[in-house]
Amino acid sequence: MNTLHQFVFGIYPYIALAIFLFGSLARFEREQYGWKSDSSQLLHRGNLRTANILFHVGVLGVFFGHLVGLLTPVAVWDALGVSHSFKQMLAMVAGGLFGGIGLIGLVMLIARRFGNARLAANSSWRDKLLLIWLLITLALGLSTILVSAHHTDGHQMIKLMTWAQHIVTLRGDAAGYIANAAPIFKAHIFMGMTFFLIFPFTRMVHVWSGFASVGYVGRTWQLVRARR
Amino acid sequence: MKIRAQIGMVLNLDKCIGCHTCSVTCKNVWTSRDGVEYAWFNNVETKPGIGFPKDWENQDKWQGGWVRKPDGKLEPRQGGKLKILANIFANPNLPAIDDYYEPFTYDYERLQNAPEVATPPTARPVSVLTGQKMDKIEWGPNWEDDLGGEFAKRAKDALFEGIQKEMYSAFENTFMMYLPRLCEHCLNPACVASCPSGSIYKREDDGIVLIDQDKCRGWRMCVSGCPYKKIYYNWQSGKAEKCIFCYPRIEAGQPTVCSETCVGRIRYLGVLLYDADKIAEAAAVEDEQSLYEAQLGCFLDPNSADVIAEARRQGIPESWLTAAKASPVYKMAMEWKVAFPLHPEYRTLPMVWYIPPLSPIQSALENGLIGENGIIPDVKDLRIPIRYLANLLTAGREEPIVKALETMVAMRRYMRSKSVAGVVDPATLASTHLSAAEVERMYQVMAIANYEDRFVVPSSHKEMVEEAFEDKAGCGFSFGNGCSGGVSEGSLFGKKQAPIVFHDLRRDRAANRRQ
Repeated sequence: MNTLHQFVFGIYPYIALAIFLFGSLARFEREQYGWKSDSSQLLHRGNLRTANILFHVGVLGVFFGHLVGLLTPVAVWDALGVSHSFKQMLAMVAGGLFGGIGLIGLVMLIARRFGNARLAANSSWRDKLLLIWLLITLALGLSTILVSAHHTDGHQMIKLMTWAQHIVTLRGDAAGYIANAAPIFKAHIFMGMTFFLIFPFTRMVHVWSGFASVGYVGRTWQLVRARR
Repeated sequence: MKIRAQIGMVLNLDKCIGCHTCSVTCKNVWTSRDGVEYAWFNNVETKPGIGFPKDWENQDKWQGGWVRKPDGKLEPRQGGKLKILANIFANPNLPAIDDYYEPFTYDYERLQNAPEVATPPTARPVSVLTGQKMDKIEWGPNWEDDLGGEFAKRAKDALFEGIQKEMYSAFENTFMMYLPRLCEHCLNPACVASCPSGSIYKREDDGIVLIDQDKCRGWRMCVSGCPYKKIYYNWQSGKAEKCIFCYPRIEAGQPTVCSETCVGRIRYLGVLLYDADKIAEAAAVEDEQSLYEAQLGCFLDPNSADVIAEARRQGIPESWLTAAKASPVYKMAMEWKVAFPLHPEYRTLPMVWYIPPLSPIQSALENGLIGENGIIPDVKDLRIPIRYLANLLTAGREEPIVKALETMVAMRRYMRSKSVAGVVDPATLASTHLSAAEVERMYQVMAIANYEDRFVVPSSHKEMVEEAFEDKAGCGFSFGNGCSGGVSEGSLFGKKQAPIVFHDLRRDRAANRRQ
């Protein structure tokens, strides 16, 4: 395990997470006018409905899959009687399914954003970077399924889970667990971590609001504001 | 009883000449910015016509407003909260910008820069969305002005419901009227209910409905929720924007820009007191045609001692109570019964009301007589079908419209007799519920329409809620984040500072900087 590996998988996760959290907080506090989904539906509808629903269902599935799959302690899975190999199979199938759906949607969205004259003229470099970044990350993530298929005992998966859990529980030895992971895993993890790093500087902040909008369900229909 | 006050508006369509001054002054003040150049907080439509955006009154298509469910509860027509959230990724009911129009400018520079050519140079249209030349402008905010276009297209107008419209395609039966439209600042706004972020709200003190630009996340549900299509998505800022009822002017006791600049003096502003506890019930009455009366039932009599005492107790300022007594809007809606809400069947309880227009006599020539009373016609003979006006203002019920038009005709008869023949003839008022004194007051307000009779706007008494000293050296009106912008030209988070100029101006400015 060299210094670069220790930095990228031991230190960089904290840099990315810190910028993700404090960047979001700073933007929410200081720049709410720019905090938005930045929808382009008005300018060009096209196949947006199909593409956007596919994409969001896919990536939300993948997101929650990672959240539960990586951060649930191994002991819990053991207690539930879920074998490592079965859990790996579950991860590959569910990840492949949602990742595939998300990828189809994403490709459609990219075609739309780069192909339509109105959108091409009104997209910032941040929008374009984001789409490409997601495409690469998602493609790498899906490619790991091919690698995983060669060792279905769940051993590699446990290592990845341990890495993630050691990162979020602030134990300094996390990087060591994935020192021997296949390069494609490392590339996917690096792209994924960096995605969190660029998150607050892009339209991605709308995800926070998307989750927050669940509060709408319990709200009264009408809102009246009294004078200050 | 929860008493609230609102500044309501009445537009006297009988006097609208369709000059678009309201639209233009409004645009100059509020929407001469990138991203809302296509948006008209105020626009004037020629009716019959499909309007702006196209076909906005067709709620089967756009799903705006409310529906009453079998259990008697209301729900936005576009769906309940879960359905609205489920549509957050792509709103199936959102108009595309082409339903408004593709915003355009012209290549004016060409007129000056063109080399010597055989034919005179032309300023071709340029799309503001792409910066590319457009072959042809296909639609605009005012495409049907003065019955532009063929009848077949115009006749898709939803107001023709229940009318044998074919006969109105004949030139000699043609009718038209103008309909200026702005946000209705409803008592039961569907936009507020549709917003998942809770960024839209109604102000308690003056009833103005506003969008908190910092809290708006661009989910676009308000655009489809509003049945009047008076919320616009700013495609540059990614935020929804709407008519703000010129609240900085209203707060200072001044009329809105559209009202102030109306050359026909058709607009009226005044205080309405209403019982907020009655809103839910009034909006949910079963019979659509009763919604107009149900809304009237929400309004409170500003001359009633009980109402005044209760309003005082609830903290309504004294100047507002005084203004409510002099309110032209209250008089027209409640006393004279000549003003009506726009499309009450949307169940939003709108607060911008309309006086239906009288129109020339339809069948007088064929009948060989002109009405029943000499020069002033019988309202049934009017060129604009009563049903058409009823579809616009009373969910299709003709009786209140006929009554209002008869009141207006009676006022004309009475005043004509008084000023031309010098005869005061109370018999001319037999068809109305008004006394001679009331009719003369009505004439003063509606026909003479002096400034102080049209606009009775009390200032907002900000001193009661804030310390002016603390506002010193503030930012004033700004876009979104106000003072928080950094020193660099862009922003860490990718927002352009104050995007308030058109493309070509911005380009010129950038060019000047480079020099």
